[in-house]
Amino acid sequence: MPDRPTSGEIAIDVRDVVKHYRTPGRGEVQALDRVSVSVERGQVLGVVGESGCGKSTLARLLTRLERPDSGSVEILGRRIDLAKRGELRELRRGIQLVFQDPYASLDPRQRIGAALAEVLSVHRLPSGDGRVGELLETVGLPPSTAGRYPHQLSGGQRQRIGIARALAVQPQILVLDEPVSALDVSVRAEIINLLVRLRDELGLTFVFISHDLGVVRHLADRIAVMYLGKIVEYGPWDVVSDTPGHPYTRALQTAVPIADPGLDAPPTELVVTGEVPDAADPPSGCRFHPRCPLAEDRCRSVEPLMLPASGRHRLACHVVQSEAATADGTNG
Amino acid sequence: MSVLPTVAEPMGSVPAAPGRSSLLARIWRDRNGRIGLTVIVLLAVIAVLGALGVLPHDPIAQHPAARLQGPSSRYWFGTDQFGRDIAARAAVGIWTSLRVAVVSVAAAAVIGSVLGISAGFFGGWVDQIVSRFIDILFAFPAILLALAVVSALGNGWQNTAIAIAVVYTPIFTRVSRGPTLTVGGAEYIKAQRVLGTPLPRILLRHVLPNVSAPIVVQVTLALSWAILTESALSFLGLGTRPPTPSLGLMVSDARNTVATAWWTLTFPALAIVIAVITLNLLGDGLRSALDPRRDSRP
Amino acid sequence: MSEPILAVRGLHTAIRTPSGPLEILRGVDLEVDRGETLAVVGESGSGKSFTALSIAGLLPAGAEVTSGQVLLEGRDLVALREPERRTVRGAEVGMVYQDPMTSLNPMMRIGRQVTEGLQAHGWSKDAARDRAVTVLGEVGLPSPQALMRLYPHQLSGGMRQRVLIACAIAPRPKVLIADEPTTALDVTIQQQIIQLVARLRDEYGIAVVWITHDLGVVARIADRVAVVYAGRVTELARTRSLFATPHHPYTDGLLRSLPTPGDPHQAPLPQIGGSPVALSALPPGCPFAPRCAHRQDRCDTEEPPLIDRAGSRAACWVPREDWHAPSAGVTGRA
Repeated sequence: MPDRPTSGEIAIDVRDVVKHYRTPGRGEVQALDRVSVSVERGQVLGVVGESGCGKSTLARLLTRLERPDSGSVEILGRRIDLAKRGELRELRRGIQLVFQDPYASLDPRQRIGAALAEVLSVHRLPSGDGRVGELLETVGLPPSTAGRYPHQLSGGQRQRIGIARALAVQPQILVLDEPVSALDVSVRAEIINLLVRLRDELGLTFVFISHDLGVVRHLADRIAVMYLGKIVEYGPWDVVSDTPGHPYTRALQTAVPIADPGLDAPPTELVVTGEVPDAADPPSGCRFHPRCPLAEDRCRSVEPLMLPASGRHRLACHVVQSEAATADGTNG
Repeated sequence: MSVLPTVAEPMGSVPAAPGRSSLLARIWRDRNGRIGLTVIVLLAVIAVLGALGVLPHDPIAQHPAARLQGPSSRYWFGTDQFGRDIAARAAVGIWTSLRVAVVSVAAAAVIGSVLGISAGFFGGWVDQIVSRFIDILFAFPAILLALAVVSALGNGWQNTAIAIAVVYTPIFTRVSRGPTLTVGGAEYIKAQRVLGTPLPRILLRHVLPNVSAPIVVQVTLALSWAILTESALSFLGLGTRPPTPSLGLMVSDARNTVATAWWTLTFPALAIVIAVITLNLLGDGLRSALDPRRDSRP
Repeated sequence: MSEPILAVRGLHTAIRTPSGPLEILRGVDLEVDRGETLAVVGESGSGKSFTALSIAGLLPAGAEVTSGQVLLEGRDLVALREPERRTVRGAEVGMVYQDPMTSLNPMMRIGRQVTEGLQAHGWSKDAARDRAVTVLGEVGLPSPQALMRLYPHQLSGGMRQRVLIACAIAPRPKVLIADEPTTALDVTIQQQIIQLVARLRDEYGIAVVWITHDLGVVARIADRVAVVYAGRVTELARTRSLFATPHHPYTDGLLRSLPTPGDPHQAPLPQIGGSPVALSALPPGCPFAPRCAHRQDRCDTEEPPLIDRAGSRAACWVPREDWHAPSAGVTGRA
């Protein structure tokens, strides 16, 4: 499948970002360790991983809910991690966040119309009923929704409001943190379709975060797979989801159940054993080695680097990298 | 494979909710709120009449000839040992008590909530300082603290109000800090930050309304407690200065006469009880009126 | 055909509400055989969790079975008195819950959590201990002896779910009810739990009722599937047949709405539309009719029973052949 044509312009550029949290009792937890990734304008970056992999921390850094300990976060060519008050508000008009739980992310005491109008007025945008109605229409809701409270809406309707609110400031980038995980199956497709439509109509750039490789595969142009605070594999959507190189991505691919009983259960050797280790005390060398079916001695001591496998496809695994090198050697 | 007709954005079924009515109307819908509101308006009217001095009897003028007369068509609640009309004195007394209560509780609620919300929202050293400060205030028994403040400042209704405010400020701080910890971490607050909403506005429009329920309840409890404290301080001679009538002073004065003239104690005491109960009922009504989730329930 | 170990017949369960009783289950019919996994699939509010709770006799206060039967080897559990039901619960019907964090007592050692249930069912202290060590090993937990002395907070989420499964199977029940046991877990852990339950089912020959909202999980674990909508089973079929040729438009819509590798990238997914019907405001006919693309006049007035359709049973008046052209099935996708 060809890539969507892009301007080649960079919308998001994250470089060598490190983020620690200090937690009582557990010491320092490393949420992100030297993570670098960039997204071209108009593209969808899918970020996949399990709990504790750092994908939500990445969302928080992109939207400046938090600042990195080191490294840089550039949004539309400007450093959002360094921005001061006035510039920050301006930058926030460029990048917006949609939360997983649309109920928790709406003020329970505010009517929908007031919530949308507030965003508009804070940013000194025209905020008449007309504009609120327009926003609601953009996400497929009738204008009468403006008079409701969040608790009077269904899960899907609330998530549409979450999206409408993010769109109110006319951002160029949306960070979507598990936007369909809390929704019923029959509603998920509606929200996914809405997102695809909005991306096309408004020319948006997406960072789509999810634990569900199936959904990410459908939406993303590029996929980044994260494990314990690091990106372990990155590349075009079809390569990463269909012919992944990293053993963790392969494990994810077989672990996400696909609604097709015709596909046999994964062979036992591909099933990852054990659980994600404590991020306060990550394993030495490659962080995946205690669970990895391919682990060798060097994986326990030497941390693998993200190296190109082919074209834009990169991954961090000693074993796969040296296999590829051997194959190249014999072919050449 | 777009085989199914994509049902044109199928969101027609947003429930039709009745428009939200004014706060007063919503208090009125609650039975307790209705009673509280009615009685408090009555008391306020009486208090204002008392304060304006338009009552048939002067609350201060002494009539030695009419000492300790029982309730009659002339003196509805009787007269006290100096021949003063108890009805007129009770009306003014309600004014005195309510004035002290409202001023002191308003001050305590504003200062206490600002401290509590700041401590809960910002955490860190702000929280440390505020929490230690209120711990110290809490270390004193409430009535002793009030007594100490009044003794230091001297009596008079303003000083009584300050004393009660000092006692109640830490309670409001504690009551508002807890919920702020929860609300401050809620996603809708994060959402506001990402949306670029200025901090004062986040605190005022999103944090405050969502922590207001316990504060409001505390206000009504505090009001009734303040009326009692004002009475107690006056009873001890540290509150309102005679001859200005106050419910507490009247109860205090009635000590000597109650054995022979029951009305001197009964009516002022009854006024205190009614005011306290009324404020509690009003608090109930207010609490349910402030919860938007009640609007859609049958 | 042998007698199913567990059969649910016409189960009605209602809860008390301020505006009178509300039926959550409106006649649920199910069967599970020994050594078989039945998946009960539904969306939030469909009644799938109430189905589990009704079978296990663990309904919350204010809810009760108003009619119907839960037959365990032919014995009606609904008709039992509470003391007898308590014996059945745990000993013959085991239950695993969704949230392994809150389902274990944080103040009690793992060992006691497992042995307590056994002792309640008449096991001696020593026998219960031996059994606990065995069963903790069987659910794949390392060094069960040492583990017995730990507290729940010292275990990870996946290990806690294994402990809960150990508690449930320790008394060798005939039926294991699993209410969304993997929803709170990461996908790699979910996969481990799925394999564990399948292995235990085969070793013990128990019947498993697995409640879930995830059709992917269904495809992995289930021999048969019951799709629940608005408090009734709308389709009951063998797993492969349900996924290949669904006979209820709701099942069909759910299956289509999932992104699968065969779909064109970033193209619109088929969606069902509308929202799930409120149990307090059911339409007179088929509860799915307002959202259904294949609705006929009869659907608006008469609620369909489960009708036999080539190898499965579906509560739909309209046979697949008569569905409107665009939905010629999902077989092309496989």
